[in-house]
Amino acid sequence: MSPVLEIRDLSVDYGKLRAVHNVSLSLNKGEVLGLAGESGSGKSTLAYAATRLLQPPGHVPSGEVFFKGRDLLSLSEKELQVLRWNEISIVFQGAMNALNPVISVGTQIDDVLRTHRPRMKRPERTARARELLSLVGIPTDRLGAYPHQLSGGMRQRVMIAMALALEPEIVIMDEPTTALDVVVQRQILGQMMRLRETLGFSIVFITHDISLLVEFSDRIAIMYGGRVVEEAPASEIYRAAKHPYSQGLLSSFPALRGPRRELKGIPGSPPDLRSMPAGCPFHPRCPSAMDVCGERMPSLESVEERRRVACWLEDVRV
Amino acid sequence: MTFLLRRALFYLVTLWAAITVNFLLPRLLPGDPVQAMIIKLGGRLNSDAMASLYVLFGLDEQKSIWEQYLDYWGALFQGDLGLSFTFFPTPVADVLSQSLPWTLGLVGVTTVIAFLLGTLMGVYAGWKRGSWMDNLIPLTTFLSSIPYFWLGLIAISLLSVTWPLFPASGGYAAGLVPEFSGEFIGSVLEHAVLPGVTIVVSSVAGWILGMRNMMVTVTAEDYVLVARAKGLTRKRIMFAYAARNAVLPSISGFALSLGFIVGGALLVEMVFSYPGLGYVLFQGIGAKDYPLMQGVFLVITLTVLVANLLADIGYLLLDPRTRREG
Ligand SMILES: Nc1ncnc2c1ncn2[C@@H]1O[C@H](COP(=O)(O)OP(=O)(O)OP(=O)(O)O)[C@@H](O)[C@H]1O
Ligand code: SF4
Ligand SMILES: [Mg+2]
Repeated sequence: MSPVLEIRDLSVDYGKLRAVHNVSLSLNKGEVLGLAGESGSGKSTLAYAATRLLQPPGHVPSGEVFFKGRDLLSLSEKELQVLRWNEISIVFQGAMNALNPVISVGTQIDDVLRTHRPRMKRPERTARARELLSLVGIPTDRLGAYPHQLSGGMRQRVMIAMALALEPEIVIMDEPTTALDVVVQRQILGQMMRLRETLGFSIVFITHDISLLVEFSDRIAIMYGGRVVEEAPASEIYRAAKHPYSQGLLSSFPALRGPRRELKGIPGSPPDLRSMPAGCPFHPRCPSAMDVCGERMPSLESVEERRRVACWLEDVRV
Repeated sequence: MTFLLRRALFYLVTLWAAITVNFLLPRLLPGDPVQAMIIKLGGRLNSDAMASLYVLFGLDEQKSIWEQYLDYWGALFQGDLGLSFTFFPTPVADVLSQSLPWTLGLVGVTTVIAFLLGTLMGVYAGWKRGSWMDNLIPLTTFLSSIPYFWLGLIAISLLSVTWPLFPASGGYAAGLVPEFSGEFIGSVLEHAVLPGVTIVVSSVAGWILGMRNMMVTVTAEDYVLVARAKGLTRKRIMFAYAARNAVLPSISGFALSLGFIVGGALLVEMVFSYPGLGYVLFQGIGAKDYPLMQGVFLVITLTVLVANLLADIGYLLLDPRTRREG
């Protein structure tokens, strides 16, 4: 399977602070890749940098991002504008604010069609917008509604409808449902996954709620302090996470099915970008830390087929 | 719609209160307007003329204040604002209707120009933060910090005395008759340049600064990021997504400055001896011309209320969140 999106050795800085360190990840066609990690671990930064949406002072000092063989980071603004939303669309973190409050949702969907499909006539565009709304289960007469007239769940559905408007290859979902209640969250995610099956796009699903990830994604990458520390199929992560941080994350959420586990959580607080500890960045909080952990950084190594871990416990060289 | 009706009702009540205060204030103040006029005319009046003055101003009979109040409203509805002392015996209504167009034309138009220009510059400055536009801000802020009086005098001394490019005073060249002719209109425009430009220069900085800061705030909003991710054109993002939201807080400020047109005209028209309401008010105050002052205050009250109503309509048009259903 050839990846639709391939991130190679990407680093991201905010001014002089490094927020993402040498991340390599790939997204296969039709796949749901989950990105997990505590707040501040660099999930959004990674996603925005890979899609060239990073705002100053954020910038990319090194790395490459390939979309179907084209390096996104070296595209011109013009080439990029054509590619945006056509190929990669995004459902944003905090969707409460992701819709323009002074323009009707219909016009916001229409904006996309008008820009990217200049040959579509107005009635066609309206028909398409209606079709999109019904796709996500919103009555088509809400086309003229303004965001403040819709519930949080409906706004999020509108965002999803908009994200699918041009039938993109990749949809990035950054905490798409954080502000919604659990029932609505699952409804929306379930719907998204069904749409993926019929339309065939790939998803990057970002959240710090690892139980949602386990339920909805195929593969999960766990980030800590701007690095990927473990990457494996979702079922493997759930069954037997190898990195002590992944184990900690999993144990901070109640199990979905099967035997209940003890909720332990992770002691301590996420690392500060300005003073990253030497060695393994997780060692001050790690229950299994060894001497080497405080001295040398473990690199992300394949430990099994389709599984990578950055931890000295897994490194055969130690 | 009900929202607008409710606002309109509120403004009517405010108008009533303002007119009532306008009626009461001069009657509570010490001093007798006819006496003031007699002194001004310096003994050139015989006793008959004086008596007729008292009759003219309604100060002859011992009417109760309530009767005077009713008379006042009755006269007001007939557009009768009394006779001006200063321009005796011209009715105040005539004085106002002759000078109001000058003020609206000069201060009104330049207030709108300053708002549009400053807002547009603020949009660009906020969008392209750190560009050369940012250097404009200290400059315009400096210019706006100069008291208007000085700015006007400097403009006159430089541009009409040292280099006599523009006339220093008046609304049109002496000797011309107001009419709809190219010569007259040209002269009006020529006379409007200095006062107009100084008004814009002294007020544009506020709009630039306010709009720039709002643009900076708004461009950090998620919906602007979404607009960029959608691959919309720069123009569409800048105006429909960023500026449309950033301008909302400026609307009430703009209404405020529209309401201040007549009051603000006082200084401008004094400096440039411009034949507008402000200059008339200036002369009226000097002559204790109560009917005239009352007339001008009535106009000021009306402009403030109309400006507020315009702001309400503006919000209704620009911000759907103010449109309540039902
Ligand atoms: N504009 C910015 N300027 C400076 N630092 C930033 C900026 N945006 C993010 N950061 C820093 O970069 C790091 C990664 O932030 P990011 O938003 O990517 O985290 P995240 O994993 O998405 O967290 P969350 O779950 O809260 O969304 C954080 O330490 C954050 O403080
Ligand atoms: S490298 Fe050491 S400190 Fe880091 S996670 Fe593994 S055991 Fe813990
Ligand atoms: Mg985030």
